[in-house]
Amino acid sequence: MTAVRKSLLLHGGLLIVLFGLQFVLPAYHHGNLARIMVLASYAIGYNVLFGYTGLLSLGHAMFFAAGMYGMGLGIRFLEMSPALALLAGLAAGLILALVVGYLALRTVGVAFMIVTLMFAQALFLTILYFGKWTRGDEGFVIQQPERVLWGIDLSDPVNRYFAALLLFAVCLLVSLWLIQRPVGRVLIAIRENQERARMLGYDIFAHKLAAVMISGGISALAGAVYGLLFGYVGATFASVQYSIFPLLWVLLGGAGTVLGPFVGTLFMFYLIDLSSALTTAHMLIAGVVLVAVTLFAQQGIVGELRRRFWRWLP
Amino acid sequence: MTKSVKSGAVTTRRGALKTLGIGAGAATLPLWARYADAQSSAPIKIGFQVHRTGIGAAYGRWYDRTTTAAAKMINDNGGINGRMVEIIAEDDGTDPKRGAEVVEKFATQYNCDVGFGTLFSHVVFGSAPRAGELKLPYFVVSEGHHVASGALNRYTLQPGITDVKSQVQAMAPFVASNLGKKVTMIFPDFAFGHDHRDFFTAAIEAQGGQVLEHIAIPPTETSFTRYFPKIPRDTEVIYHVMVGPAVLTFVKELGEFFGPSRPELFGFIDSLEAVDIGSAGLEFLDGTYFWEGNPRYAQENQSEFDKAYRAAVGVDDNGASLSDSKDIATYSHMFGCWETLNIIKRGMEASGYAGPDDRASLIEAVEAMSDMPHSLEHPQGAKRFNGKTHQTFGHQYITRVTDGKLILAHTTSIEDTLYPDEVDYTTQSF
Repeated sequence: MTAVRKSLLLHGGLLIVLFGLQFVLPAYHHGNLARIMVLASYAIGYNVLFGYTGLLSLGHAMFFAAGMYGMGLGIRFLEMSPALALLAGLAAGLILALVVGYLALRTVGVAFMIVTLMFAQALFLTILYFGKWTRGDEGFVIQQPERVLWGIDLSDPVNRYFAALLLFAVCLLVSLWLIQRPVGRVLIAIRENQERARMLGYDIFAHKLAAVMISGGISALAGAVYGLLFGYVGATFASVQYSIFPLLWVLLGGAGTVLGPFVGTLFMFYLIDLSSALTTAHMLIAGVVLVAVTLFAQQGIVGELRRRFWRWLP
Repeated sequence: MTKSVKSGAVTTRRGALKTLGIGAGAATLPLWARYADAQSSAPIKIGFQVHRTGIGAAYGRWYDRTTTAAAKMINDNGGINGRMVEIIAEDDGTDPKRGAEVVEKFATQYNCDVGFGTLFSHVVFGSAPRAGELKLPYFVVSEGHHVASGALNRYTLQPGITDVKSQVQAMAPFVASNLGKKVTMIFPDFAFGHDHRDFFTAAIEAQGGQVLEHIAIPPTETSFTRYFPKIPRDTEVIYHVMVGPAVLTFVKELGEFFGPSRPELFGFIDSLEAVDIGSAGLEFLDGTYFWEGNPRYAQENQSEFDKAYRAAVGVDDNGASLSDSKDIATYSHMFGCWETLNIIKRGMEASGYAGPDDRASLIEAVEAMSDMPHSLEHPQGAKRFNGKTHQTFGHQYITRVTDGKLILAHTTSIEDTLYPDEVDYTTQSF
């Protein structure tokens, strides 16, 4: 069996399993998985930039929040339909990614991390500053009647699950498709050796900018969908911790692997959920486990699987 | 034949796990079978969304102690409808995303009867939509205006603590009559500060006063001296409502700026909840006034209810923990947990609450409540609940810093705190 066929079977199989779980999961885990799939989509967006292009952003929450606020403000003030609001969220993320990418890509390494962090902080403070419209740190609720998309009530748990699955499937397949296309190969080449890629004649800046926009666009779409599915838009999602989360999820799951973001998000979600039920020091447990994974599975969970067993994993 | 016997005798890993699973299920059988067969004797589960970590941790610690004490009192007195109360506490990290997840956990995993106890407004905003969708009565103890503004839903109520709009509005008559009519406001530049800015500006103007200057401080600020020259010279009162760890610096720098000739100062105790008023650097506050939701220091006219409540929670006459005099209570807010649990109890008793199928009846029973007299169930003072807006109204306290203690100077009436309804949740279906 070829690597491509194996890959299609594995990722298609995951989507089929996720589809099937809808019918058997208890209510609590059913809701959790819907949330995890949306957050994993955010992590997939992050992985395009960090895992495949080698650009470590510390400010990705700005894209997630741009999508969320683009959607939420569209509904709140322009009375947009949910479909149009989702497009507004995506557009907000893409425009922001274009601007940030154009400016931040003039830097490399640590400077790139700091510049993205500063941009994200600027967006966070902007949301607080324009509290009259954004309701600042409190945020605002997207009411149930505003969350009916083409007659489908997205506040319904079954509809929410399928919407989350649809988003996740699209992001997963786009990610899979991207890295198998020439443009994806160039991104990996840039990650491995930027100067060599440049000497081969590739336009590094254009490819990096494309990566920022694809990454920012996926993250923004995830943010917009998150707000619509769970009915809340708030500045917390633009804060530093929401820039760190996708980095952790991707590192845990395996940077530069298609499945890593999902595995990392799933792992981290249940690690916090289960440990918080056991002790108030749940962050200590999470920290110890993270250190252990970092020490003993340096390429992340899926990355280790690829290194040890399945070298064909994309 | 021999082969088949051998095969059957081998313990596979899968077989062992299966056996263990069945064994574990059987071991728990008596527990769940008992509750399934005798629903009426099972405890009433109250999901307590507690800020154990994150920015709300100091509040969460005291909300936890107050809730534990209130549940103990209820259980010592026979529980609710003959059933014991079980508090299921879960940390929400003072985060709206985690808050929503915790609400889901209460509703779908722990099968709680109600959710309860959230303080920070952004966590309430993040969690309330999920509570509404899961049809889980969600009793918040937040003092935000979110419930009464109509932003939430029929399943979200705030019956045990007053909201910021009524608190701020009730301060204006005292400020205008006793401290001055020309006010400069200093507030954090986010929603909490903006609420104060908007509500107090309107309230002081209604008293014939005016706000000369609004000084918004960015939330990341650590030094404040450069903002003070913006304070107009003819300011009679500075209204301040800074929060967070920088508040000590704020007060110290304000003192250095004004020296001995300062205007009157009026602040909200939110700035100094869980902070010892005798802390070094706070001497400048002597002689200034504060809003308090419930006076931290036991006053001369202390009620027997406050005395009993203090003892039950473990707070001394100075507002500190009985076991650690440096552990200062969040006394102006935490009474809300005590009072809300007692309201849940009364609501369940009035509706004959037996289980989750009666959640709508419970909400209707609480909506039907109105006046609540000053009592052990309401040690902060009498309340008037508005069933349409799901918001309670009550007395507010103004204290003056005197010799390092907060001494009661004025108590507002409930009428001072009322404002026109902005929503009627009872028109929403369940």
